[in-house]
Amino acid sequence: MATETDHTNPAVDGSELIRFDQVTKRFGSNTVLDNLDFSVSSGKHVTLIGPSGSGKTTILRLLMTLLKPDEGTIKVDGDYLTHEDKGGKLVPAGEKHTREVRKKIGMVFQQFNLFPNMRVLRNITEAPVHVLGLSKDEAETRARELLDLVGLGDKCDAYPTQLSGGQQQRVAIARALAMRPQVMLLDEVTSALDPELVAGVLDVLRDIAHTTDITMLCVTHEMNFARDISDDVLMFDAGRVIESGPPEKIFTEPEHERTREFLSAVL
Amino acid sequence: MSWNWDVAKDFLPELGNGLLITLEATALGSVLAFALGLVWAMAFRSPTRFVRWPVAAVVEFIRNTPLLVQLFFFYYVLPTWDIKFSALTTGVIALGLHYSTYTAEVYRAGIDGVPKGQWEAATALSLSRGRTWTAVILPQAIRRVVPALGNYVIAMLKDSPMLALIGVVDMLQKARAEGASSFQYIEPYTMVGIAFILIAYPASLLMRALERRLGH
Amino acid sequence: MTAGLWENWLLPGVWITIQLTLYSAVFAAVVAFGIGMARTSRLWIVRFLTGFYVEVFRGTSALVLMFWLFFVMPLAFQYQLVPMWAAVLALGLTYGAYGSEIVRGAIAAVAPAQREAAIALSFTPAQRMRRVILPQAIPEMIPPFNNLLIELLKATALVSAVSVADITFAAQLSRLATGDSLEIYAIILVLYFVLAFVLTRLMRLLERRAKAGIGQAPVKSGKGPLVTRKLSSRQETEQSSNIITAGGAQ
Repeated sequence: MATETDHTNPAVDGSELIRFDQVTKRFGSNTVLDNLDFSVSSGKHVTLIGPSGSGKTTILRLLMTLLKPDEGTIKVDGDYLTHEDKGGKLVPAGEKHTREVRKKIGMVFQQFNLFPNMRVLRNITEAPVHVLGLSKDEAETRARELLDLVGLGDKCDAYPTQLSGGQQQRVAIARALAMRPQVMLLDEVTSALDPELVAGVLDVLRDIAHTTDITMLCVTHEMNFARDISDDVLMFDAGRVIESGPPEKIFTEPEHERTREFLSAVL
Repeated sequence: MSWNWDVAKDFLPELGNGLLITLEATALGSVLAFALGLVWAMAFRSPTRFVRWPVAAVVEFIRNTPLLVQLFFFYYVLPTWDIKFSALTTGVIALGLHYSTYTAEVYRAGIDGVPKGQWEAATALSLSRGRTWTAVILPQAIRRVVPALGNYVIAMLKDSPMLALIGVVDMLQKARAEGASSFQYIEPYTMVGIAFILIAYPASLLMRALERRLGH
Repeated sequence: MTAGLWENWLLPGVWITIQLTLYSAVFAAVVAFGIGMARTSRLWIVRFLTGFYVEVFRGTSALVLMFWLFFVMPLAFQYQLVPMWAAVLALGLTYGAYGSEIVRGAIAAVAPAQREAAIALSFTPAQRMRRVILPQAIPEMIPPFNNLLIELLKATALVSAVSVADITFAAQLSRLATGDSLEIYAIILVLYFVLAFVLTRLMRLLERRAKAGIGQAPVKSGKGPLVTRKLSSRQETEQSSNIITAGGAQ
């Protein structure tokens, strides 16, 4: 359990942290991801854009092992996520292996998904204590720091239902950070918020993007935010990446017809 | 375990006779429970509290006390008031009365589920109170409560062996008699137990299918 | 009525009934949680066996099962249970099967997103159940468990048929001794009602505490039933699952 307790940051050497290899995912007869190849380098902030139903969220859910790929492999930091290498042969991974690899990934959900039965502080400390094996004191100290970071230092003892949506989402960000992930997955984190609460959450994320070297993979409809924090933008359509590049290029001079259509619809 | 097929075979006709009584008690008890429950449910909706409160109190009391004791009450007390029924009739009355307190709640839920606008529309059309109930409210309410009522029929079936304790010759009583006369216990009791499962399980599957079809 | 009736028969009978209810409830709760959680297992064989158990014991008549344990078990397995424990076994197995449906329903009613959030934090399956799912599911189980507990209390009267000296058995003896049926049966009906009332109050208290523990206000029952909740446990489980899906889509 002590593997995660050394506090050095993951090396930001531009090495490949996430790799999708020929990944196909179907729901019934509907192919959501079609032989997808893509990779994310360590320390990068990558935003996935595209029309709804294009498979963006599916990528995040595959990485979080909430879904299993039908074909292909996913690697995180050099380890297979849903497979194990047994004597040169790839076999489906057991729960334990998957969990070890998954510990490098944190996720923030559209609907926050805080645990309603726990106060804010315990929402944040529960996993570090019981999964990473941190002492309760250490986890609480860290949790308070993180709550200060997201501007909610005074809400330790509140229950999630007593907070606004924006506050809940900031707690959820703190909860994900408390696991010291190398990668953060952000799944439309502002879509469920009232408009006036969006800015507060995005500010926190901007802050994290600019001051830490956590790799980020975001699905968002906030194009200004995407332009602001992204190193790379991936345009999705019908289960494939049809265009990618730095935000300046994608947002100002997209090459693909579908990208132009999509951007003119959302901007 | 010493299972004797000859004993089982000899007991089978007895079991069949007992089954008829069990089913009879359940069926008659159900009819009574359905009818009385409806009376309670409509009384809950009575405009005057001099009806609502006493009915609610009685229903509450009956539901929260054991059917077996109620059964003994009717069986031993009624004759002292010169009201004499057969054991089976007494059993059916106790069973029906007890379960009417459950069906009443089922009806109530069904009636509450009928949109308020239906009452208002009936009033707007100047329908009489009786007409409103029989032509507008109940037809809509009863449809949706059929599966729940069915589940209580199954519950009554499983409670009906209590009637053996006042001497009704149902399946359980047949097994008890067999044990008393031939000292054969294993086969009769086991067969009675299995008979209940064989009836109750398909019946509950049926109710679940009905629940799904009626969209619960 | 003589004082002897109370001291010699009724009060010991009440005590036996309370013990029976308590032991059977504890046993049934263990069965309910064990079976209820096992029915969500990933292994089909576990789901199949536990499903089989539930169907068998929900299909069984409790009284027949009691007679079977009392008369057949000693002959078939050369093992004689004390009547009290045969009764507890029969009631616990039967009501445990009903209770497992409540447990299963309440677990299924916890928003799937909660499970996903727990996976995202790398909890083990056991930790997910213990730390995230059950704490949210248990408060929802209490109202239907309350109904089931009242049903169990009423079912304890069946033990008088296998000569356990509970309240109902005491009433039988008293009736035979005095010949006065009305008085004795009226008394014990009231006794049962009082016991049911006390149990319901205790469960309400428990519910309020459990709900307070997850930051929810207790639900006031507006219709003012005198003692128990209104619906059968099955319906109420479904009802509470509706409440969860409607209200707590965190």
